[in-house]
Amino acid sequence: MLDRLRRPLARLGHNVIEGVWRIGVMARFFGLVLASSGTSFQRFRLVMREVYFSGVLSLIIIVVSGLFVGMVLGLQGYETLQKYGATESIGVVVALSLVRELGPVVAGLLFASRAGSAITAEIGLMKTTEQLTAMDMMAVSPMARVIAPRFWAGVISMPLLAALFSAMGVFGGYLVGVVLIGVDNGAFWSQMQAAVDFRYDVLNGVVKSVVFGIAVAVIATFEGYDAPPTAEGVSRATTRTVVTSALVILALDLMLTAVMLRGED
Amino acid sequence: MERTTIDLWFGAFVAAGFAALLVLALKVGNLGAERATQTYNVEVRFDNIGGLKVRGPVRSAGVLVGRVQEMHFDNERFQASVTLALDKRYQFPKDTTASILTSGLLGETYVGLEAGGDNKMLAAGDRIQISQSAVVLEKLISQLLFSKAQEDGGKK
Repeated sequence: MLDRLRRPLARLGHNVIEGVWRIGVMARFFGLVLASSGTSFQRFRLVMREVYFSGVLSLIIIVVSGLFVGMVLGLQGYETLQKYGATESIGVVVALSLVRELGPVVAGLLFASRAGSAITAEIGLMKTTEQLTAMDMMAVSPMARVIAPRFWAGVISMPLLAALFSAMGVFGGYLVGVVLIGVDNGAFWSQMQAAVDFRYDVLNGVVKSVVFGIAVAVIATFEGYDAPPTAEGVSRATTRTVVTSALVILALDLMLTAVMLRGED
Repeated sequence: MERTTIDLWFGAFVAAGFAALLVLALKVGNLGAERATQTYNVEVRFDNIGGLKVRGPVRSAGVLVGRVQEMHFDNERFQASVTLALDKRYQFPKDTTASILTSGLLGETYVGLEAGGDNKMLAAGDRIQISQSAVVLEKLISQLLFSKAQEDGGKK
C-alpha cells in the first residue's frame, strides 16, 4: 500500500520543488535582465528593432480583434439594455468593460501568443544553435545584447497595444450602437464621458497593461533562455510561454482588480 | 545618424499608441470636459444624504453647476456635512436652498440648488443654511399606510 503510494507522491513532490525552483531562477533572471539593461538604453536602436517585431507586427491582430470585441460588446449590451429601456448606456458598457478589463487582458493574451511565443522560439533557437555561447566567447553579453532589448520592447509595446485595442473597441461599439442600431450619437458619448473616470478607469487600465507587459516579457525571455537546446525543448518552451503567460495575466488581473476597485465611494 | 525604416515604424507605432491613449482620456474619459473649470467650495449640512456619492453632480435648474467634493459625518451635530465644489462661472445668493434629489425613480442621487433672493452671493468657504434631506422611500410608504389605516379607522 505504502509502496504503491510512494511513487506518485515522490513525483508530486518533485514537481512542486521543480516549480518553486523555477520561480526562484526566474526571479534571479529578472534581476539580471534589469541589471544588464544599460546597453538597451545606450543603444536604443536594439530596442526599437524589437519593438518593430513584437509591437508593430502585432498591430493588425490587435486592431482587428479590438474592433470585433467592441462590436460584439455593443450588440450584447444592446440586447440586455433594451429590456430596461436604457440603450443609451451602451457606450458606458462598451467603454468601461474595454478600458478596465478587456483591453489590457485580451491585448495581453494576444500579445503573449503573437509576440511572446516568437521571442521564446527565437531565443531558444539561438541557444540551440549556440549563438548565445558564441556571443559569450566574443565577450558580448547575451543578456545585454539579446535578452534585455526584447524584454524592454515587450514592456514598451504592451501598454500601447492595449490602448489601441481599447480605442478600437470603443470605435467598434460606436459602429454597432450609433451607426447600425441608431442610438443617439450625443447620448452615446456624453453618458460614456460621465461614467468613465480618467484616473480611476483609464489610468488603472494602463497600469494593468504595463504589469502584464512586464510579466509576458519576463516569461517569454526566460522560457527561451531556459529552453533545453533541442528541437523538442524549444517547442515545449514556446508552448509553456503561451500557457504560463495566459495564466499569469489572468491571475494578476484578479489581484490588480481587487486592489484597484474601491467599490462605491 | 542614418535613418532606417524601423525608425519610421517605431515612431508611427508609438504615435498611434499615444493617440489611442489620448482618445481614451479625452473622448471616452472625462478629462477633456471638466479639469479646465475653476471651482469654489461651499459647505452644507443635511440630516440625511441618502445615496449621495463623492463626485456626484450638483445641479441648479437641471444644469450641472458643480460636483460633490467631500462628505463626512459631523459628530457634534449628528448631521452629514457635505462640501460642494461649484463652478466659478456660477454665483448663488446666500439664502440658496440645497436639497438631495433623485433623477427619476431609480436614477442617480444629486444635490439640487434653488436660488433665493438675497443680494449677497455665496463666497468660497461659506455654508448654505437651508437644506432639505433625502426622501426616504420606506418612511414615505409607512406614512402613507399609517394615514390610510387612520382614515379607515375613522369611518367605522
